Amino acid sequence: MTGPATQPRPAVRHEEATTTAPRVSFRSPSFLRDSWRIARKDLVIEFRTRSGFLSTAVFALIALAIFRFSWDPTAVATVDLAPGVLWVIFTFAGLLGLNRSFGVEHADRALDALLASPVSREAIFAGKALGNLVFLLGVQALALPTLALFFGLPVGAEWLGVAAVAVLAAVGFVAVGTLFAAVASNTRLAEMLLPMLSLPFFMPVVIPAAQATARLLGDQPIVEVLPALKILAAFDIVFVAACTLAFPFTLEE
Amino acid sequence: MAGALVATGLSRRFGARTVVRDVSLALAPGDCLALFGPNGAGKTTLLRLLGGLLRPHAGTVELHGHTLPGEADTRRLLGVISHKSMLYDALTVRENVTFAAECQGVRDVPAAVDHVLDLLLVRDREHQAVRALSRGLQQRVSIARALVHGPRLVLLDEPYTGLDEVGARALTEALRALKASGATVVLITHNLAEGLELATHTAIMRGGQFVHELERPAEGYDVAAYAARYRALVAGGE
Repeated sequence: MTGPATQPRPAVRHEEATTTAPRVSFRSPSFLRDSWRIARKDLVIEFRTRSGFLSTAVFALIALAIFRFSWDPTAVATVDLAPGVLWVIFTFAGLLGLNRSFGVEHADRALDALLASPVSREAIFAGKALGNLVFLLGVQALALPTLALFFGLPVGAEWLGVAAVAVLAAVGFVAVGTLFAAVASNTRLAEMLLPMLSLPFFMPVVIPAAQATARLLGDQPIVEVLPALKILAAFDIVFVAACTLAFPFTLEE
Repeated sequence: MAGALVATGLSRRFGARTVVRDVSLALAPGDCLALFGPNGAGKTTLLRLLGGLLRPHAGTVELHGHTLPGEADTRRLLGVISHKSMLYDALTVRENVTFAAECQGVRDVPAAVDHVLDLLLVRDREHQAVRALSRGLQQRVSIARALVHGPRLVLLDEPYTGLDEVGARALTEALRALKASGATVVLITHNLAEGLELATHTAIMRGGQFVHELERPAEGYDVAAYAARYRALVAGGE
């Protein structure tokens, strides 16, 4: 169309002359403020619907119960079994939560409104990841004491270490998971695709986390745990940086 | 050119199928382009290209001299309304519009939200969850969400869908006010009368291209004549 080209009229400054939202003035986008706003919105939606957290918590509790009742204490020591159980449950419970993360954006194409806004793609990623992190930490806060209760593990200072490992691992986990949740959500096979894409990338986080948990629960000195913690921290940094940079490309159709 | 919206040689493929083919247009502030065409003509894809929501395989879109998708200040000029509500159904009306205003960086969010809820006649529903509203009311809230920051380019994809008479009138008045304020409007609709009422320019799309373009005559559009022309152009195109 060479038209509808018209005689250009005087350009109108954005702040002026709009009867729709008179004298609207704007503040500059802020990465932290925008990220927090998106995370808060996701958490409010989750709090209202509770569908994601309830189903994930029920899954975690049932899985713990199944492991507990199929466990033969005479064959496998608690400290050998519990770390593996814990991280298998965290991994799959986390996947359940990640699956719903972008569903809420795609249901009525709310993501389009976000993409058309001044909010940066990186802030959208950080906001979604932060929401997922709080969600996963909530599941962990429920599962850790349940594990101690079901498996009769002594409660002591080592649990602070386990909690720290869980938080460290959760950061890398949600970074990778949020990225692949965004990729998978653009497809019709999101629920199948997400585990296929993300599970291999979870391994560098889950394996050192399980090793560190085993050493902590086995009362090994902290120096024995440090190498696993360093690996976790390194993967956190790499995954957060790489996934933040890669995220904008997942939004291309 | 000093146009508000200038698109040059826009093309977009999905797989082997070219959905938008070499479309160019230029609109000034205050212009309203009504875009008509049968289903599958490429109207929605063109609208997404114009909004920077989809990257073209060829061509560019400039909004007030800035190439889309552009920086934050450029994207802030844009308001998008589609047949999907773009709302979060677990949030209330006010929370949805407030979230949109905050994402746009509006400073006085409560005042902007109050204004646009009044404009779209949904203030009395502000504390209701969106999922509890009828389709028409959801559409009005969606329009409020898109207009809360006073955009300079408003892209509307079948915005009258599901609106009752009151909602349709409120939307028409809001669009009139936008045009009068110098905003540029691109409107996709299947309702020729609604589109022609607001339009300063019209285009009929078929097969990803504009097959007919018309600037508003001084005496206004003749709806019956336009409808006959439309039928002749798109016959067999559905």
